[in-house]
Amino acid sequence: MCRLSALISADYMSPMEPILALETMKEGHDGSGLGLIMRDLGGEFEGLKDYPILSAITSEDGYHTVQEYMESRGFRVKYNWEPTIKLTPAMSIEKRDRYNVIAYEYPPEFVEATEDQKAELLTATRLQLRALGEADQSIYVFSFWPDVVTLKEVGDPLEVGEFFGLDKNPILAKTIFSQGRQNTNYAINLYACHPFFIQGCFTMTNGENTAFVPIREYLTGRGNPAYVGYNSDSEVFAHILHYMRKGLGYPLRYYKDVITPLSSESEFEGRRDAEALRLMKRSLRMLTIDGPNCVIGCDMDGSMFMAQDAKKLRPGVVGGVKGRVGFMSEVCGLASAVPGRDAEKDVFPMKYDMAIVKPGAQEIEVWNQLDGSTSTISLA
Amino acid sequence: MESTGRLDVNHQLGLNDLPYIIRWEDSRCTRCGRCTSVCPVAAIEPGVYERRVVESTGATPLPTTVRKVSSCVKQSTDVMRRCIGCATCRNVCPNDAIAPTFNPANKFNWHANQGGEPYKRGGRRNDNNVSILDRIKFTRISMLTDPALDAGRHEFRVRTYLGRNLPPENLPLKVVGNDLVPDGTPFIPPVREIFPIRIGGMSVGALSPHMWEGLAMGVAYLNEVKGIPVVMCTGEGGMPPRLLKSPFLKYFILQIASGYFGWDEIVHAIPHMQCDPAAIEIKYGQGAKPGDGGLLMASKVLQNIAKIRGVPMFVDLASPPTHQTKYSIEEAVAKMITSMSMAWGFRVPVYPKISGTKTALAVLNNLARNPFAAALTIDGEDGGTGAAYNVSLDKMGHPIASNLRECYLNLVKIGKQNELPLFAAGGVGKRGNLAANAAALMMLGASGTDCGKYIMQAAAGCLGDEQNRCNICNTGKCPRGITTQDPKLFRRLDPDKVAQRVVDVFVSADKELKKIFAPLGRSTELPIGMSDGLSIDDKAVAERLEINYAC
Repeated sequence: MCRLSALISADYMSPMEPILALETMKEGHDGSGLGLIMRDLGGEFEGLKDYPILSAITSEDGYHTVQEYMESRGFRVKYNWEPTIKLTPAMSIEKRDRYNVIAYEYPPEFVEATEDQKAELLTATRLQLRALGEADQSIYVFSFWPDVVTLKEVGDPLEVGEFFGLDKNPILAKTIFSQGRQNTNYAINLYACHPFFIQGCFTMTNGENTAFVPIREYLTGRGNPAYVGYNSDSEVFAHILHYMRKGLGYPLRYYKDVITPLSSESEFEGRRDAEALRLMKRSLRMLTIDGPNCVIGCDMDGSMFMAQDAKKLRPGVVGGVKGRVGFMSEVCGLASAVPGRDAEKDVFPMKYDMAIVKPGAQEIEVWNQLDGSTSTISLA
Repeated sequence: MESTGRLDVNHQLGLNDLPYIIRWEDSRCTRCGRCTSVCPVAAIEPGVYERRVVESTGATPLPTTVRKVSSCVKQSTDVMRRCIGCATCRNVCPNDAIAPTFNPANKFNWHANQGGEPYKRGGRRNDNNVSILDRIKFTRISMLTDPALDAGRHEFRVRTYLGRNLPPENLPLKVVGNDLVPDGTPFIPPVREIFPIRIGGMSVGALSPHMWEGLAMGVAYLNEVKGIPVVMCTGEGGMPPRLLKSPFLKYFILQIASGYFGWDEIVHAIPHMQCDPAAIEIKYGQGAKPGDGGLLMASKVLQNIAKIRGVPMFVDLASPPTHQTKYSIEEAVAKMITSMSMAWGFRVPVYPKISGTKTALAVLNNLARNPFAAALTIDGEDGGTGAAYNVSLDKMGHPIASNLRECYLNLVKIGKQNELPLFAAGGVGKRGNLAANAAALMMLGASGTDCGKYIMQAAAGCLGDEQNRCNICNTGKCPRGITTQDPKLFRRLDPDKVAQRVVDVFVSADKELKKIFAPLGRSTELPIGMSDGLSIDDKAVAERLEINYAC
């Protein structure tokens, strides 16, 4: 089973913090890989908030392909971050040619473009790069978005963190998602490693998604070329988030109503938006999940959330202190990442709950799907 | 002068030529006459034969051989009176002295067209092979990576939608504050939440009053008492006027077909209806006899049927093979869907039913573009009928599995798999596996399924099978009283018992579906299109259906 460790903070953090939290949960994962997404970046990236950052792994040939393609499209390199690779004989990591984290300037004709136009450009570029390197596996591109860096590699999460030199030369961020497993149920593929990113939305998931095929088929029929991939059954969770937020324009908390709709008329009664729910339940039927899944996600506006499936429930806990909240698979991870928290304020989201923490991490909101109410947990 | 005993029998059939041969045991027979009086086709009759008997009648034993004439039960070799294998004789025999046995070497097909009239019958395709639906297995069993559910303990929602589900992009919702609220768009297509197995169209007229009443009572009980929203289609021929104006109408799908029988009464009843029907089904084709019309024989058109259908008594009621006013799907079918929708103020889902056909995709694509089309039912070749030519039953039609799958995958391609629900029929429960066949079809892409023959067999003991047993629904002589208007016959059927069995069937199907879905890890929604859960032991079929091959 995957183990998930995510932090949102008012201050910049090192990615080693959620990775060390993962380490405390090691009994629960097989240590087969690490996926990291960092958002709201600090350090050398603090002044680069408006520049899209390409996160990709390439071979030497793939690197040149990327360079040529980006130049041909008018992207100019603004900043190039290179991990300080440390590979010791004890590590079981197979080093690839290049780990690219490159901030670009937009092509001149896009400098004045709208946010939507820029988003389409970045996504189309990412998909094109992915397509260019897919056949010969020369390019793996994980994200191409401002203020977001993605790192992924196969190996023990703590070792991978050290391999990237994050202990010495970290990329600082206020929101960090880390996940400690490759998709070892099936053939290992870097594209199958959580978290998954699409246009500012990203999620990682615990558990196997039994409704994967109908959901995938429904998403691919939505006419969005970015709904591709699906090397992991968890990737659909990120795309569902993107579809309902960006495609349909629904407020974030409806994510819960999309993936786990209320079951009956008697359940609708408690909601003032029951009429909308009835329609949504029918029209979005194919996106209903059946678990077991604990989804940790980050919305376009930086709000983080945790939601569970409606029945089988994977482990998940949210807790912290004012200014830093952890979303973890296990309490030991929380204890590691947020020392000094009041454990009595920990939230274990159940079938109707959606825990949401806004940027700044001042409090935890728990939205109840059954009656539509929100409880706010103030943190000390 | 001709000899009294001729050996020239070239133009007579023998018992060996017939599909069923009666085995009668002289020693057990009490000559009560029940069997000969009950036989629906007069295949057996009282007869006499001469036999050699050894007797001893005096005070001392003195065995003597004598020849005597005895009574017996004789089987006719007249092909028009052939034994149909129904075994009603055996059912009524108090001493188990008589029974028909199937004769696989029979020559019936060569002689059935007496008088130049092709063989007509009711029932189903005479194909006793295991169907594709029965060969499909559910092989994605949730194990350690995702825990299976407990069918007896967890909460399941075994429901589907009949009606057009708007694409999410077109939902008439807007964001106000942090809530989604309706934006005031007046028309939202009507959608019914129903149990995913429906009772397919079987008409008043084709069915006896007791059978129809039993089905209707069972359906009402399932809805009102058991909370299982099963709906039933009327078939073509209207429905009893009191039921039309009752609050139970909501459990019925009214069918309109090419004869429009019963629709004068239905239309006139609209102002008096207490509720809307579940849906309107426009029948363009029937899987059992694609491209062929219907016929209710004059002998079945008694007073009550004539009244419901709005026709004179004792006339043949033929439904043409096609709707005579329809010539193109683009225009005429769309108009019919719109007209029927308009009759109920666009509050009732209206959808066509077609027989399985290679051209189903063309129909589907047209319906996908018609915002008033509520669904599409495809009826495969293993469907049943009350009357058809044997050649239509046995040789015409398309298997349901690949037809449905092709249509579903086409909807997937255009992103409308949830918008236009597909219902699959024809052979669901052919071998008694109702829930498994229905689940397989759902996982191939059906939103729901229909059953007809299964419910007749399970609820009323219909005797028909794929070896042409009985199958005389067309004659009005149904020995079970299911497809007859003869009071002497339909009084054999107790409507309360039919209703009880209908309830049994659906309560148990509900449980069996859960038993299938639970190990697949599905409970919240039906696993429609969950093709990764299916396998079959034939590579070519697996490839065609785009499911797994397992052996």
